[in-house]
Amino acid sequence: MLFAAVVSLTILGTVFGLLLGVAARYLKVEGNPLVAELEQLLPGSQCGQCGFPGCTGAAQALADGSAPVTLCPPGGRAVVQLLADKLGIEADLSGVEEKGPMIAEVKEEICIGCTRCFKVCPTDAIMGAAQQIHVVFREACTACGKCEEVCPTESIKLQAVPVTLQSWYWNKPMAGEAV
Amino acid sequence: MKLFDLKGGVHPEGKKDLSAERHIRALPLPKKLYVPLQQHIGAPATPIVNVGNKVLKGQLIATAQGAVSSSIHAPTSGTITALGDHVAPHPSGLPVPTITLESDGEDRWFMTRIVDDPLALAPEEVAACVAAAGIVGLGGATFPSALKLNLSRSSGVQTLIMNGGECEPYLTCDDRIMRERAVEIVEGIRLIAHAVAAKEILVGIEDNKPEAIAAMQEAAQGTTVKVVAMPSMYPMGSEKQIIQVLTGNEVPAGGRPADIGVLVHNVATAFAVQQAVRYGKPLISRIVTISGGAILQPCNLEVLIGTPLQELIDFNGGYTQPAARLVLGGPMMGQQFTNTNVPVVKGTSGVLALLASEIGHAEASPCIRCSTCVRACPVGLLPLEMAAHIRTADLTGAVALGLKDCIACGSCSYVCPAHIPLVHFFNYAKGDLAAQERSKLKQEATKKLAEARNERLARIERERAEAAAKRKAAREAKERAAKEAAAKAAEEAV
Amino acid sequence: MSMELRTSPHQISDRSVERIMKHVVLSLLPVCGFSIWQYGLSALALLLTVTATCLATERLLNRAASQPSTLNDWSATITGVLLALTLPPAFPLWMAVVAGFVAIAIGKALFGGLGFNVFNPALIGRAFVQAAFPVAITTWVPAFSAQRFSEFVPTTLTAPLMMPPDIVEWIKLQAVDAFTGATPLARWKFENVVASSYDLLTGVVTASAGETSAILILLCGAYLAARKFMDWRIPVAVLASAALTAWMFQLYDPTHYPAPSFVLLSGGLMLGAVYMATDMATSPVTPLGVWIYGAVIGVVTVMIRYFGGLTEGVMYAILLGNALTPFIDLYTQPRVFGTRQQGKKK
Repeated sequence: MLFAAVVSLTILGTVFGLLLGVAARYLKVEGNPLVAELEQLLPGSQCGQCGFPGCTGAAQALADGSAPVTLCPPGGRAVVQLLADKLGIEADLSGVEEKGPMIAEVKEEICIGCTRCFKVCPTDAIMGAAQQIHVVFREACTACGKCEEVCPTESIKLQAVPVTLQSWYWNKPMAGEAV
Repeated sequence: MKLFDLKGGVHPEGKKDLSAERHIRALPLPKKLYVPLQQHIGAPATPIVNVGNKVLKGQLIATAQGAVSSSIHAPTSGTITALGDHVAPHPSGLPVPTITLESDGEDRWFMTRIVDDPLALAPEEVAACVAAAGIVGLGGATFPSALKLNLSRSSGVQTLIMNGGECEPYLTCDDRIMRERAVEIVEGIRLIAHAVAAKEILVGIEDNKPEAIAAMQEAAQGTTVKVVAMPSMYPMGSEKQIIQVLTGNEVPAGGRPADIGVLVHNVATAFAVQQAVRYGKPLISRIVTISGGAILQPCNLEVLIGTPLQELIDFNGGYTQPAARLVLGGPMMGQQFTNTNVPVVKGTSGVLALLASEIGHAEASPCIRCSTCVRACPVGLLPLEMAAHIRTADLTGAVALGLKDCIACGSCSYVCPAHIPLVHFFNYAKGDLAAQERSKLKQEATKKLAEARNERLARIERERAEAAAKRKAAREAKERAAKEAAAKAAEEAV
Repeated sequence: MSMELRTSPHQISDRSVERIMKHVVLSLLPVCGFSIWQYGLSALALLLTVTATCLATERLLNRAASQPSTLNDWSATITGVLLALTLPPAFPLWMAVVAGFVAIAIGKALFGGLGFNVFNPALIGRAFVQAAFPVAITTWVPAFSAQRFSEFVPTTLTAPLMMPPDIVEWIKLQAVDAFTGATPLARWKFENVVASSYDLLTGVVTASAGETSAILILLCGAYLAARKFMDWRIPVAVLASAALTAWMFQLYDPTHYPAPSFVLLSGGLMLGAVYMATDMATSPVTPLGVWIYGAVIGVVTVMIRYFGGLTEGVMYAILLGNALTPFIDLYTQPRVFGTRQQGKKK
């Protein structure tokens, strides 16, 4: 009786072990497609604000779970939502209270036209030439802050995007209360 | 005529008796008029006047921009004193680009071109007149009317429905205009029907306005215009709801009335159309109801676009006591405003100064799942569930429950015994979703820019490397040649 | 001018949670009054004890959670009164205190308070004592005993943590005609004796404190429904489905199964259908859902009565209905305006 049990379990174990081995060989996945997919969702500006070297590094960290989906400051809530959907987790959007959308702005009086900012801008959002005042294209600026770091005169700074009638909307009612 | 049932709906206290018996009176000419460039859905108009220009009443001062937009005309004669920002008729109180016009007191018309038989005009000409007059939907939606006419003409319209529902409590502007200007309205209706070749014309009026029904019926005699009394229920005057009640058909979710061969216009819009087509008068004034418990003498006024609201409130004696809340439009869907210097715009149907007792208690308590909101919702949504999702920041869940089909009619908030600000939740969620959508679009655009830049940098790097390699090769070749030459020379020398 | 910014609507109806609850309590007063008239001091003491326990528990838990008091929403009062009405009139008071505490603490507060509870709190309380004190909850006393306004039934005043005394002798002393100590449902189940509809309707039968007069409960419910403080569809669905089920059984075997009228009027079905199943927090919110929910309760009640070990099944039927509520809501969402059901083209 005991013998039969031992034999049957051994056989079962061997069969399943073989099956798993075969499956691992035939169903092998090259690389991690998730990393590439996640990288697609990130802004791609390689700004490094998340603390990882560029968006690929951030995607890698997201894929192995070592970084939260809220890691990307320029991405804002839209990216958090996309990443959470991709990873199939619940995003706690309430935690990502954005400082409100930001934008780089040049203080024309103190810009010396050194061209450093537009050389580092990852999205070519700054226009200018040597010895000329630089201008920021609002539509292209991701507020990554790289220009702010290199500006020698603190003329380029991140500012809150002013609220307009088009962008204004109602606040969330009574945050803490029960419904 | 057989009427169909409305899903859901509520019966708010009408309060129309406050102003229903007040004849329309013209507000005296104000000193300064603030005419915003955007009083309609779509792109703001572009000003074609400069500071210091003298304009006449009815003169075009800003032209429509792009496909969806509307022109703006000078409400009276005078001088343009500013092109700049002025506080908007909007709860945010943010500034909007506005033309400031100082009246010269003469109120001189720019021109009047009278058409004796407007019905003889071609449909396209009617629509062109409407476009030139800057007419937008006066029921509150402010969609450019000419665009609606053109779209409907191309897609084909079976039924033209004229909305005289005015289901919002307090408001009596449509009631009064139907009582006092029924003949003009019926002509306007026939012009609209002519412009879109509608086969059936129905005027739906709630049965709490018997005088308006009688006046309209009399004016419609001998025409194909059919006046229908509808039961009084909110939101009967909502576009999709009035179509359902009068035709039994539902506008597909996310679709337009034109999808089922229906065109809906407000009765006040018909009056504006008639004025524009027959007399060439652009839309520069409208009827506004001034009412509410805090108003001494509620009334209906014909007001120039751009008139500061304070003048409307002051006209008939001002307040009896300080208002707890000021509202533009009706109490169910109107917008709160705080600055009385905001101007009347094309979509302003009423100015209400409400007392705290009229607004009612608003301290929210937990939802007891009484399902009153579910039964009140005219769209068939589950307001309590949607609000619960939004509260936990699950906007996707709320959208799955039909958030985008919500018409913000306010029926759910109105009946909620726990006073949960359901509509506030939905407004917030809709705004937040739109903001997310905007940032997603921007994200995509900036991502492309970033990729283009990286490619460019890589290309420059590659080209540099190639150039360096080429230079190196050339140098080496030169050196080799020199060496060979030297060797040759040495050989020769030997 | 500084004003708080609010969205529309700027006008609201005069309905409020407090008003709904207050009217439910009001409508229960006649039922309570009838119960006291029938059973005297014991019933009065039971009602007061349970209600007071419920209120005290609610207040205590509010304080424990450092929340503002929720007593003024009247929901704890309703739970207390309803719970008392489902208990036998001479139920020992200390056990009634246990029932009241469990109803609020486990049935409601544990879930997060009003609106978040999954089950009807009063029924949670009753289910608990039904399991804990099976004898006491099936000990019935005669109605209209002569000394009911001058003395308590001995069991009422049982000392805390003690088992109630045997009251067979006491009941004999009351000399009420033909008192059997069994409810009409139990008599039908075990003795196959069907009580007269007239007695059931007017409530001159053995039963829990508030389950006796079907007609009184119906009238009170009709008042609530007319004032729109209650969804009339639920009791209609419960009663209709129970009657239909009973009628089919009777068709099958008229000698064994009683008439639908007996099923409707006996036991706690009336109180359950009108006051328990209609609890807003634990019933479905969709228009179609309430019909399904009511139908399930009606069928399950009859099934338990006919085939279960218990004589009465309303409580478990409603608790089951409560448990099904989220699923019913999920699968009966109303059709959104402008969308058609699948497969049906416009």
